Amino acid sequence: MATAPTGKDKLRLDSEFSDLYRAHLRDVYSYAYYRVGNHHDAEDLTEQAFLQAYRHFDRAQRESNGRPLRPWLIRIAHNLAANYHRDRARKPQSQLEDAAIVSATHDTEDLVEGREELTQVLNGVSQLPDDRREALIMRFALDMDNREIAGALDRSEGATKVLIHRAIRQLETILEEERGPVGDE
Amino acid sequence: MSDLGMGDVEQLLRNALVPVEPPERLSERLERTLSEVTDAAAGELADWELEIGDPRNWARPVIAATALGVAGASLAVVRARRHAKKKDTHGLRAIEHSLEDVLGQVRKRLDG
Repeated sequence: MATAPTGKDKLRLDSEFSDLYRAHLRDVYSYAYYRVGNHHDAEDLTEQAFLQAYRHFDRAQRESNGRPLRPWLIRIAHNLAANYHRDRARKPQSQLEDAAIVSATHDTEDLVEGREELTQVLNGVSQLPDDRREALIMRFALDMDNREIAGALDRSEGATKVLIHRAIRQLETILEEERGPVGDE
Repeated sequence: MSDLGMGDVEQLLRNALVPVEPPERLSERLERTLSEVTDAAAGELADWELEIGDPRNWARPVIAATALGVAGASLAVVRARRHAKKKDTHGLRAIEHSLEDVLGQVRKRLDG
């Protein structure tokens, strides 16, 4: 078992953790926000995620072998979000009752049609199974690649690629069903 | 009939799932919380290192320290343990390791 860092090592770790936190605060917050659907709980979840990350940072750094730690951070947030839903006994779909609120954060405030489309898409995302929804949030909100998403979800890259493909296909079906048959335009 | 293609859906997702900027208060709150955690851990360790760390200071007080050391160390560990329950535990492990090292060295010097 490795000994706890002391003195200069601790200062170095704290400095490196500060760098990590500043680099990925938006990522963790974005993920939390799309998972829980409101700012208040997203802030709490983000704080918990970074506190937990701080407690295990030394070990995570040693085990990462120089690989980026973003998947590890997002995985912490992911697990906390799962606990959040379990503790509140709320179905994930109900979180995007805030879809209309979430869509208002976008720069389409002047475009009613754009906001409706955003709400439709977010509602569609909320109807997906948990793993497909989570993968889409990581891909599109956080711009994570397959390898990172695989690390965060503890899957192989191949399985992650299939997961995302199926998620998009399923969302496509949902949106087409909501829009109804469309004539030639 | 106009159908959505994968590319269309991906574009819709890019438009919908944009990064969300955290509120300013969260950055301040987090920095405050992390500072408290790191300061507490660093403070505990610094206190110990000041009191015990330098072997050049051990010569005269070593006998007295031996008598008091175990009791004093135990009290300090209890204090640190109570404090560390609310804070980061790295500081506590560091304190315990430092304490063991120091007591070991004191015993060696006394044994000649």
